[in-house]
Amino acid sequence: MPEAPRKIRVQCVINGKAASLEVYPMARLLDVLREQAGMTGTKEGCGEGECGACSIEMDGVLVNSCLVPALQAEGTVIRTIEGIADAGQLSAVQQAFLVHGGAQCGICTPGMILAAVSLLSRNAQPTESEIREALSGNLCRCTGYTKIFESVVEACRQQGLGK
Amino acid sequence: MRQGLRYNFTTLRKEAMKDPQIGKPVPRKEGREKVTGSARYVDDLRFPGMIHGVTVRSSIARGKILDIQFGAGIPWDEFTIVTARDIPGKNCIALLMEDQPCLADRFINHPEEAVVLLAHPDKYLLEEARRAVRIETQPLPAIFTIEDALARKQVIWGEDNIFKAYRVEKGNVEAAWGSAEFIIEGEYETGAQEQLYIEPQGMIAQAGPGSGVTVWGSLQCPYYVHKALVRLFGLHKEQVRVVQTETGGGFGGKEEYPSMIAGHAALLAWKSGKPVKIVYDRAEDMAATTKRHPSRTHHRTGLMRDGKFLAMEIDFTLDGGAYETLSPVVLSRGTIHAAGPYFCPNVRIRSCAVATNAPPHGAFRGFGAPQSVFALERHLDRVAAAVGLSPKELRLRNFIHEGETLAVGQVVREKVQMEKLLDRALELSGYHEKRKRFAAENAQGPVKRGIGFASFLHGAGFTGSGEEYLASEALVTATAEGKVRVLAGSTEMGQGTNTVFAQIAADALDLDCEQIEILQPDTSLVPNSGPTVASRTTMIVGKLVETGALAIRKSLMDAGLLKADYGTGEFAEACRQYIDKFGALQSLVKYQHPKDLHWDDGTYKGDAYGAYAWAVYVAEVSVDMPTAEVRVEDFVAVQEVGKVIHPVLAAGQIEGGVAQGIGFALYENVVWQEGRMMNGQMTNYIMPTSMDVPKIRVYFEEIPYARGPAGAKGIGELPLDGTAPAIANAIAHATGADVREIPITPEKLMELLESLHA
Repeated sequence: MPEAPRKIRVQCVINGKAASLEVYPMARLLDVLREQAGMTGTKEGCGEGECGACSIEMDGVLVNSCLVPALQAEGTVIRTIEGIADAGQLSAVQQAFLVHGGAQCGICTPGMILAAVSLLSRNAQPTESEIREALSGNLCRCTGYTKIFESVVEACRQQGLGK
Repeated sequence: MRQGLRYNFTTLRKEAMKDPQIGKPVPRKEGREKVTGSARYVDDLRFPGMIHGVTVRSSIARGKILDIQFGAGIPWDEFTIVTARDIPGKNCIALLMEDQPCLADRFINHPEEAVVLLAHPDKYLLEEARRAVRIETQPLPAIFTIEDALARKQVIWGEDNIFKAYRVEKGNVEAAWGSAEFIIEGEYETGAQEQLYIEPQGMIAQAGPGSGVTVWGSLQCPYYVHKALVRLFGLHKEQVRVVQTETGGGFGGKEEYPSMIAGHAALLAWKSGKPVKIVYDRAEDMAATTKRHPSRTHHRTGLMRDGKFLAMEIDFTLDGGAYETLSPVVLSRGTIHAAGPYFCPNVRIRSCAVATNAPPHGAFRGFGAPQSVFALERHLDRVAAAVGLSPKELRLRNFIHEGETLAVGQVVREKVQMEKLLDRALELSGYHEKRKRFAAENAQGPVKRGIGFASFLHGAGFTGSGEEYLASEALVTATAEGKVRVLAGSTEMGQGTNTVFAQIAADALDLDCEQIEILQPDTSLVPNSGPTVASRTTMIVGKLVETGALAIRKSLMDAGLLKADYGTGEFAEACRQYIDKFGALQSLVKYQHPKDLHWDDGTYKGDAYGAYAWAVYVAEVSVDMPTAEVRVEDFVAVQEVGKVIHPVLAAGQIEGGVAQGIGFALYENVVWQEGRMMNGQMTNYIMPTSMDVPKIRVYFEEIPYARGPAGAKGIGELPLDGTAPAIANAIAHATGADVREIPITPEKLMELLESLHA
């Protein structure tokens, strides 16, 4: 019989705070974040990297945390939905989603907001087709995406105004 | 002191003239929690000592259970194991009939039937254990199609495989055929569709003989779950408590199946004495939970020389799956919507829902209407071509008007403006210009464009006498601090219940939405407001909320504590004094069925719905001829839904529904094998992404409905009805393909295109 896997210690930074987690190397980062780090804002929609509900930023790159083995988190800087607002102050993207109907049931919202934030950090003035493409890995069953585009466009405008 | 009073007075005056909350895009009540990730869904909750539960399912579609074996290598003594024998009450999921077991006992009727439940603290070990359970069976012949069910190839349910049949008769269809100038027939089919809420289903239960049963979970209808648990455990109503957690989409998929999962989690909790969580993964959710009923519709339409309808004969059949569940009700709505927003003097609709050995099909936004409306609106474009009229002209000659009767004999008492909706939709979409231009452009190049539309109606609220039977209640209370609370069993699942109720209560009381609190649905606290389905929440329950809020205002005024013109401070002060003097300040409102609405369940005639939403949707598509891939390039949705309570939420309902309709029309193909879904993953069951949906352009006409809160009607299901036929008609226009069946996948369209050239 193969030897049972042993837990390892992973050091990383989650939402600006140093974290040290004891994990099975191949545990899904999604589960580690939700169950050990208490970051339940990251959601599971499909568990196979299709829906994007578990999107997080890892060293500035948007990833599906359901596909990332925990051992890969070693030494990384991670940002989840809990790290998007600044001391209770909503970010421009969050505020726009709130006002423009970008969130309905809310289950895709954390991942969708991470995808939008990630896009805007790379491209402050995306075109509509760039927005569509950047969000195409995040499925939403409620909105038909129209209000999500409007929210992202509005967030760009607000950021452009320096808000 | 005096200065203070003066200051208060001016602010109060200002507030009393404040804008109404209805019609304004106030922020979503629970929006902040949703955009910050702090909203708590069922899988986000953990209870002390909580263990996990899984379901072991049948492996065959039909047969006898001979034995259950627990394989080697698993420490079974650590597990809680539940079978049908552990059920304290009746082994059923109580809904309409009690034919569906909670756990299969001796007999299996579909391949995803739950047989054994397991619970353990370790999720990973639990998964291994699930695979180690073997259910020994003796397979029996099964049936999987409407045809085989009707032919009684095997009788698998009742005496004839028929869950329910309806017959609608208006005028005399038989006598009419002789005078028809044209008679056009056609058959149409729609496939199963998965609701695909992004939050999979789940429940947490705590249960024991002393404490009763409590469940927390993702659900639409707390009192459906409550009813099922009372029956399953043989408990008194007070011993069962159902709490809705934040719910990540429902679309009908969390109407009935949550009762099953709640039952399973509660049985494991009852036996283990520990809180048990069952959360499905995507594959299990897609395989086991309900989907939209597959349908088959046959139309035979007789017209006079001038293009007016003379007779319609419609046969509408739904595949209900293995148990009755909600099929009779889904069938009812589909039947009533089958003849559309048209006047026809002679109509016969025969409909039935049949049993097959697939997991039961169930509620999905539109509830039978998207199936029958697809058939009708696709049929009418074919009829128009056959009689030499444009699709527009055919509809114009047949639209229903105030004072005329629908197929079920309901005299339309509302103002109906289908012509206006049609004109506006065609103008906004550039229909006429594109119709001409595409015809010229399509001659060259590999891409052909087309534009098509559908005209339709959707009844709001429960059908016929349904609302009367439900007799829903809502409670509005006020605190001594002037906070107003709405207590209703209606759930928020993204569609905006919390916000809309707050707006309605706020305007009835001249307050701001922030002063209205919507209580989380919990059957130990909130009254039964009926299920959150059928586009009924705003129109029916919203009206109860409005009435309750107005009653509170009246109580304060009658007691002389509030004058006509008041602000928040005066309101709070009045509440405080009222509660001091008289005790609780609250109003429990019960639904009163309007006396002029009559429905006869026996003859299936009468006022099917209190109000209808009316709509015309236009789709523009491009078809890449070499690959037969279809793209929706533009979409215009024009509708009349009474007063729009919240413009952003209302548009969001339409946009989201249209996107689901695009999936229904083009992508969402359930692949069946022996009653089992073979593509139960998001990788191979394709729902629209942001790249597949155009900007959906939504327009409202507002004709206030006298019985709705502030004039509102229902809206939620409407967009599923017209989207798919508009797209199918656009594809037919682009390519000449005679589309009869959805989803129109590239494979199917290619076959149609090849047959055109054969």
